[in-house]
Amino acid sequence: MLKVEEQQPVEFSAALIEKFDEIISRYPQGKHKSALLPMLHETQAELGWLSTSAMDKVAAHLDILPIEVYEVASFYSMYFLRPQGKYVLEVCRTGPCCLVGAEKIMNHIEQSLGVKEGEVTPDGLFSWRGVECLAACGYGPVLQIGPEYTFYENLDAQKVDELIQDLRKK
Amino acid sequence: MARKLLLEHINVPGIHTLDVYRQKGGYRAVEKALKTLSPDEVVEEVKKSGLRGRGGAGFPTGMKWSFLAKPEGVARYLVCNADESEPGTFKDRYLMTHIPHALIEGMIVASFALGANTSYIYVRGEMMPQIRILERAIAEAKNAGFLGKNILGSGYDLELYVQPGGGAYICGEETALLESLEGKRGNPRIKPPFPAIAGLYGCPTVVNNVESIAAVVPIINDGGDEYAKVGIGRSTGTKLISASGNLVRPGVYEIELGLPVEEFIYSDEYCGGIANGKRLKATVAGGSSVPVLPANLTLKLANGEPRLMSYESLSEGGFATGTMMGSGGFIAFDEDQCIVRNTWNFARFYHHESCGQCSPCREGTGWMEKVLHRLEYGHGKMSDIDLLVDVSKKIEGNTICPLGDAAAWPVASAIRHFRDEFEWHVKEPVKSLDTNYGLANYAEPIAKAEVTTGN
Repeated sequence: MLKVEEQQPVEFSAALIEKFDEIISRYPQGKHKSALLPMLHETQAELGWLSTSAMDKVAAHLDILPIEVYEVASFYSMYFLRPQGKYVLEVCRTGPCCLVGAEKIMNHIEQSLGVKEGEVTPDGLFSWRGVECLAACGYGPVLQIGPEYTFYENLDAQKVDELIQDLRKK
Repeated sequence: MARKLLLEHINVPGIHTLDVYRQKGGYRAVEKALKTLSPDEVVEEVKKSGLRGRGGAGFPTGMKWSFLAKPEGVARYLVCNADESEPGTFKDRYLMTHIPHALIEGMIVASFALGANTSYIYVRGEMMPQIRILERAIAEAKNAGFLGKNILGSGYDLELYVQPGGGAYICGEETALLESLEGKRGNPRIKPPFPAIAGLYGCPTVVNNVESIAAVVPIINDGGDEYAKVGIGRSTGTKLISASGNLVRPGVYEIELGLPVEEFIYSDEYCGGIANGKRLKATVAGGSSVPVLPANLTLKLANGEPRLMSYESLSEGGFATGTMMGSGGFIAFDEDQCIVRNTWNFARFYHHESCGQCSPCREGTGWMEKVLHRLEYGHGKMSDIDLLVDVSKKIEGNTICPLGDAAAWPVASAIRHFRDEFEWHVKEPVKSLDTNYGLANYAEPIAKAEVTTGN
C-alpha cells in the first residue's frame, strides 16, 4: 500500500520543465530515455524526494512507461523513494574512511540529531545515513549533502557540530 | 622531483580556467591533432606510447581504440568513464576538480581519433560539484572554438556532454555504464558483443577512464615514443595514485611507474610514512578489489627484491604473494587495524553494490558479508574460515562482469595472508571485540618495515 503522501499530486516548475528539455537535447533523436537519470536528479533537487506521482510525471514527459522510471529510481542509491529531512547527511562508511574514524562520526551524528539512520528529525530539517565509498578516501572521514552534494572533509566531532549548527541557522 | 605529465601545473592559480590552462600550453594537442595528424596517426601515437587503461584493467588504450568497428553511416561514440567508485580511488575527482580542461582536451583528441561526433563524460552522480566544473569548462572550450562545428577550421564536429550517474558502483563496469547512459538500470551486458562493435545505442563505442583520456594530451604533445620512455618496461608513463588510510600525507600523487613502493609510502615527497608513528601492517595497492598484502610482501617481492609501483611488479608472484595495480587506489593499514573488520566492511560494500543479475554474486556476496559479520562480532566458527574461501571461489569467474571477482579477491587474500587473525577471532570472541591481534602474533610474524630511503 502506498502511503497518502506518496500519492499526492505534484507540480513541476516551469524552470524544471525547461531544464528537462535542455537535457533531452543532449541525446540523438529517439534516444531521449537517456535523459532519465539527470531528470530524476533535477526532480529530486526540486521536490526533495521522488514520489510515485513525481515519477509518473517524469515518465509521461519522456513518453515511457512508469515502470521504466520506478525500476531505475529503485536501482540507484541516490534517489530517495521516501521523504527525507531538508538536509540529508550522507556519511561514507566504506573501508578507507573507517580506517580514519567514519564510524565514530556516524555515532556522533546519531547522538547529535537524536534520530537513527534513515529517520527524519521531528523539525523535518535533518536525516542521515551511511553510504558507500564517495571517492574522497584521502580526505576522510567525509560526508555529503545534496542536492548540490557539497563535500565536508577530514571530519571530527567538532566540525560535525559546527556544520549542524550552521544548517540550523540557514 | 619526479616528472609530471598530468599534474605539472596543478598548483597554478586559475588552472581550472581556459585562459590559464592555455597559457600553460593547454589545447596544443587539439591543434596538433586536428591540423597536422590524421585520426589513424593519433591512434598510432597512442599505441606507440604503450599507455594502458588507467581505470583498473590495464588494457592497452591504443589497442582498444584500434578494435573500434567503423561501418559506413553508423555513428561512433567515445564515452569517458568518470564513475569513480572503487574504494580507495579518488584520482579522477582530483583531476576533474583542479584541471578539468586536461580531460576535455583529451576528449577532443580522442573523439577525433575515433571519429566520434558526440561524446559523453559519465560522472558519478555524487560528484555534482565536478559535474558543474566540467560543464563550465565545456562551455569555455566551446566559446573558444574547441568544440562544436568545424573545430579550428578542420571540418571536424564534436559535441561533448556530461552525464550524471545515480550512485551505483557497478556503473564503473563499461557495459553497465552504457546501460545507465541509456537510461536503464546498471546491469552489465554479456560480452561479446564488445562495446567496440555494439556499445552505446548499439553503435561502436569506446569507453575509457578519465586518466587514460587525459594522458592522451601529453602523448600527442610529445609523441608516443617520448611518453614510452617514462616508466619501466611495459608500464609506461606516469600514474595517478590515490593514497588513503593511515598515512601521514594521504592524497593524490603522480608517480613515474617503477617507483619503489617503499619510497612511495615513506618518502616525504609522497605519503611521508605511517601516521602517528605507527607501523605498517598491510596495504591494498590498487583499490579495494585487489588482494590485500601484508607489509613485508608490500615492500618486497617473495625473493627479497624491492617491489615497484608498476603493473608487472605489483602482480609479481601472482595472487600467492602479489597483488595488482588496479585503479591505483593505495590504502595503507597501520598496526592497530583489524583485517577481519576491514574485510567485512569491503564484503558489505560488494554486497550492497552487486546488481543482482548473477546468482553467484547476488547470493555469495551476501553470504560472505554475513559470515564475516559473525566472525567480527564474536559468533564465528572455525569452519567459517574455509566456508568463506569456498564461497569466494564459487563466485570468482562465474559472473557476467568482474564485480564477482572483485568481491571474492579481498576475502580470499585476507584469509590467505591473515588466517591467524581470523582464527583468533573465533578463539577469542570477546577479546577480539576491542583488542587488536597485533603484528607479532602471526605464525610467520609480519616484519617491521625497514625504511631504506634517504628521506
